[in-house]
Amino acid sequence: MLSFIARRLGLLIPTFFGVTLLTFALIRMIPGDPVEVMMGERRVDPQMHAQAMERLGLNKPLYAQYLDYIGNLAQGDLGQSLRTRESVWSEFLTLFPATLELSLAALLFAGSLGLIAGVIAALKRGSLFDHGVMGISLAGYSMPIFWWGLLLIMFFSVWLGWTPVSGRIDLLYDIPPVTGFMLIDSLLSEEPGAFVDALRHLILPAIVLGTIPLAVIARMTRSAMLEVLREDYVRTARAKGLSPARVVFVHGLRNALIPVLTVFGLQVGALLAGAVLTETIFSWPGIGKWLIESIGARDYPVVQNGILLIACLVILVNFVVDILYGLANPRIRHQK
Amino acid sequence: MTTTTLDQSLLYPSPLKEFWQAFAHNKGAVAGLGFMLLVLFCALFAPWVAPFDPSEQFRDALLTPPAWLEDGQARFLLGTDELGRDLLSRLIHGARLSLLIGLSSVLLSLIPGILLGLTAGFFPRLLGPAIMRLMDVMLALPSLLLAVAIVAILGPGLINTVIAIAIVSLPSYVRLTRAAVMGEANRDYVTAARLAGAGLPRLMFVTVLPNCMAPLIVQATLSFSSAILDAAALGFLGLGVQPPTPEWGTMLASARDYIERAWWVVSLPGLTILLSVLAINLMGDGLRDALDPKLKNAQ
Amino acid sequence: MPNLPRTLTRLLLCGALAAASLAHAAADSLVVCSEASPEGFDIVQYTAATTADASAETVFERLVSFAPGSTELIPGLAERWEVSADGLSYTFHLRRGVQFHSTAWFSPSRAFNAEDVLWSFQRQLDPAHPWHKLSLRGFPYAEAMAMAALIERIERLDEHRVRFVLKHPEAPFLADLAMGFASIYSAEYAAQLLAEDKAEQLNRLPVGTGPFVFERYTKDAQVRFRGNPHYWAGAPNIDKLILAITPEPNVRQQKLRANDCQIALYPRPVDIPALKADPALQVLELDSLLVAYIGINTRHPPLDDVRVRQALNLAFDKAAYLRAQYGEGGASPAVAPYPATLWGHDPQLQDWPRDVPRARQLLAEAGLADGFELSIWTRPGGGPTNPNPGIGAQMLQADLAAIGIQAEIRMFEWGELIKRAKNGEHDLVFMGWAGDNGDPDNFLSPNLSCAAAQSGENQAGWCHAEFDRLIGQARRLQDQAQRAALYRRALAIFHEQAPWIPLAHPRQFSALRQGVQGFVLSPMGSNNFSKVKFDP
Repeated sequence: MLSFIARRLGLLIPTFFGVTLLTFALIRMIPGDPVEVMMGERRVDPQMHAQAMERLGLNKPLYAQYLDYIGNLAQGDLGQSLRTRESVWSEFLTLFPATLELSLAALLFAGSLGLIAGVIAALKRGSLFDHGVMGISLAGYSMPIFWWGLLLIMFFSVWLGWTPVSGRIDLLYDIPPVTGFMLIDSLLSEEPGAFVDALRHLILPAIVLGTIPLAVIARMTRSAMLEVLREDYVRTARAKGLSPARVVFVHGLRNALIPVLTVFGLQVGALLAGAVLTETIFSWPGIGKWLIESIGARDYPVVQNGILLIACLVILVNFVVDILYGLANPRIRHQK
Repeated sequence: MTTTTLDQSLLYPSPLKEFWQAFAHNKGAVAGLGFMLLVLFCALFAPWVAPFDPSEQFRDALLTPPAWLEDGQARFLLGTDELGRDLLSRLIHGARLSLLIGLSSVLLSLIPGILLGLTAGFFPRLLGPAIMRLMDVMLALPSLLLAVAIVAILGPGLINTVIAIAIVSLPSYVRLTRAAVMGEANRDYVTAARLAGAGLPRLMFVTVLPNCMAPLIVQATLSFSSAILDAAALGFLGLGVQPPTPEWGTMLASARDYIERAWWVVSLPGLTILLSVLAINLMGDGLRDALDPKLKNAQ
Repeated sequence: MPNLPRTLTRLLLCGALAAASLAHAAADSLVVCSEASPEGFDIVQYTAATTADASAETVFERLVSFAPGSTELIPGLAERWEVSADGLSYTFHLRRGVQFHSTAWFSPSRAFNAEDVLWSFQRQLDPAHPWHKLSLRGFPYAEAMAMAALIERIERLDEHRVRFVLKHPEAPFLADLAMGFASIYSAEYAAQLLAEDKAEQLNRLPVGTGPFVFERYTKDAQVRFRGNPHYWAGAPNIDKLILAITPEPNVRQQKLRANDCQIALYPRPVDIPALKADPALQVLELDSLLVAYIGINTRHPPLDDVRVRQALNLAFDKAAYLRAQYGEGGASPAVAPYPATLWGHDPQLQDWPRDVPRARQLLAEAGLADGFELSIWTRPGGGPTNPNPGIGAQMLQADLAAIGIQAEIRMFEWGELIKRAKNGEHDLVFMGWAGDNGDPDNFLSPNLSCAAAQSGENQAGWCHAEFDRLIGQARRLQDQAQRAALYRRALAIFHEQAPWIPLAHPRQFSALRQGVQGFVLSPMGSNNFSKVKFDP
């Protein structure tokens, strides 16, 4: 098992350097440079431009810039945003909890609802419910989520007035950021009503972001469950006279969860992509919007290191899923 | 005319017929196919089907509601947009673009994907791992961010959107092809062909590839639909196909500002995207059932 | 450590109640829906208006201020000043007893004095100043205004008197000192930061003398301030000022309606009628010093032919453009490079009418009866001069098609657009200009002179000898009537030569809840909340 983990870890190193090289190359291939964007609507004269490029170290040859970058990375220095002069790491730390909170809420929503719907659909295979769940989940899977978000805002926020239009909390609540997770911070702040308000702000974005994972999980659970229910040990359990609930939840679901978990892991990348759109629609102060804006502003350090951090996250999650999968499935562990 | 009675049991069903029977068994897939045929028809004959030129601006009829609503005009069945262009005509012409984007980005990633996947499968020592690491790198970046970066490099536009989407969906083809090749490479028939003196290109393309096609076709359908969604997402972020080209996502993005005053300019393009993608995914389900019996039984 | 279980119980008890009646809109709080995150708080490093609103208008003050809603200068941190007869030396008498903000990160040990003024300017002007090179972005405003070339030296006469000596007389110098980059920082705070090796904190946790004390900033979410109880001009009515960062104009409007914020900045002009119709809201508006135009690249044939440029002007449906882009009353049509409210305007000047047959005829005379191809350049995101670039470009495209010109729309990010337009790669480009001092020359020289054509700032690449001579002569004169006469002659040439399609002079808007008082729009586009009162 250890050698399996070591082998997988070994694969991560070239991937990591590949990511640094790719992001470094990508951002520098984008036409336009940060100084011009920085100056905004004012026009820059060439001498000032050259001075600014020199101050930012952007006049060096590319390979030197890359070596600088790797050198700084090795010292744990992720650099400063060219736009705001804040360190990339601290900006990431302020914004990432918002994205994480949103993503976890979306996964919670998708996971709980998807599992239940999938299990029931599998048990009542061929019923109206089954067809309904499968139809809806395919529709959810086909949903352009930016449009879905706009519709939900129009309906629930503007028309019915049930949920707030955007943001993470009513700003009249003075919630100091302790953990960065608004739900936790609002509890810590002891302001009455703050937690409920934060929850109300979270519901709609979480539903929007969770829609596609929900569809995937429901479909996956259903088919995994169907497969498991046909297995011998389930038949044996049933024959032994165990209660149907026990058969389903203890013997069936537990085994069906393995492939579902894998899907869960694979959804992390998709979730981050969805977060970009969801955050744009709901003015959610997370990393998706941050990165898109930084690409527009040619903010090299932010784009490079922001994407690097996300990529590391994706790699890490997939690594963990890999290991779990390997634990569950010896065949994979021993394959080269 | 001769009348011969055939013993039905002796007839081996033609593969096409067998495929169609399996496909038609799935009613959703047939419905999806029907809808896509309609879209295809609109796309092919857009200039004749659409009542107006999609770029013609009726400046005295900005944001006219659909015909069945109050203030609607019979000539604009689905209403007009912020520049007074007929929405129905734009949606119909948009079908062309979306199908074009879907098709060309699938081809553009399917072909290099297969080549890279075959290479990776047949050269497991050096080239294979190198290719796979590169794919890992690409998979580690969230696809939409990667697409945004590529569009930022190339500049927005139809062709660049296609390229960005093709690049982003490349890794899944490579992985899929390689996995299929690895599964097939040690089969007896491959060994036999190798012993019979088949050269590498023949082994790759004639012997092994046809046997890996089923999952690839299913994947191609899925990525066709996700290409339409991705193109719409890029358009929504203002980075996709540029106006006045009536691409569905771009239409949505420019209409977003009018959502409170004119729901139709936002709802209808979105609905069109949803229905088309849904239809393709339904077809994809049917295809998978028909092509991959193992998966079918699992359902 | 707060008591979690107790909090939870309380939450459960009041959860339903809280959801139903959120404690909105308190009299001492003001939430402003602003459009973007500030780039930082060390205002001298930045130029964006949003950044200035969050620092220069709240935390900081300058020696001289603009009176609310006007360009008139009033005393700020300087109680009074004297200007020498030769216009070269300005002596400022500083206000006594003004305290810098006391915050968790800084407690001032002394009141504001001459040291602070010297520090704030020397940092930007003197390359040997220890803080000069710490600004990696440089000091874009001071550099763009060539302050180092203007100011000979700054002297401390005593603790409460400072003298600026200029290299040459400059009439707008006092007005320059009222701009954001002339904000006064605490030299003591700076020394403390340098000693603690925390120089970068200056950009994160600002300290000034202004009406609001900085409290906290969460990127892309909010900036919070407290009222400064010791403000020398009287503590503001608002104790909690919150800038809610809301980039989408739609969302700002929805939040304003829901009373999630009390002021929504930069509403889209097309939404103004709906906002005005809402009895719970009020709309403020002001003529601004903006011009939106389409630059015609006169170096690209056939656009070098004046008949073709006139044909473009004749083909363009300006009325429809204004209606779609700015809505009713959102802008006035532009005929000249500067608004009709400025002196030096010519009321006789008539706009090109929309006349497609004449446009076609002009093209035919130029030998282009069969039309030709060209490119229209614009940018993706909207701004004050061009709220919806996409539809604007498409309207122009359709109008040109009507006279047989095939136009292709090309969108570039702003930085890229400016760079390429400077190189003259475009045919037609949508541009805008914001005047900063209300002088006609401020519109003409930077955009239409031969020197600007050389540098590329004149996107029309238009260099007309007589026009250039007239505006050059006017620039050197002092007498306004004489200058106005010269400008009128220059405008006639501009009109006839048609290097632009002048589009519009957009108006400036803000939407407020009823009950918000004391907020005024500034012709400089800044937003100041120090006098605002809210009566929910």
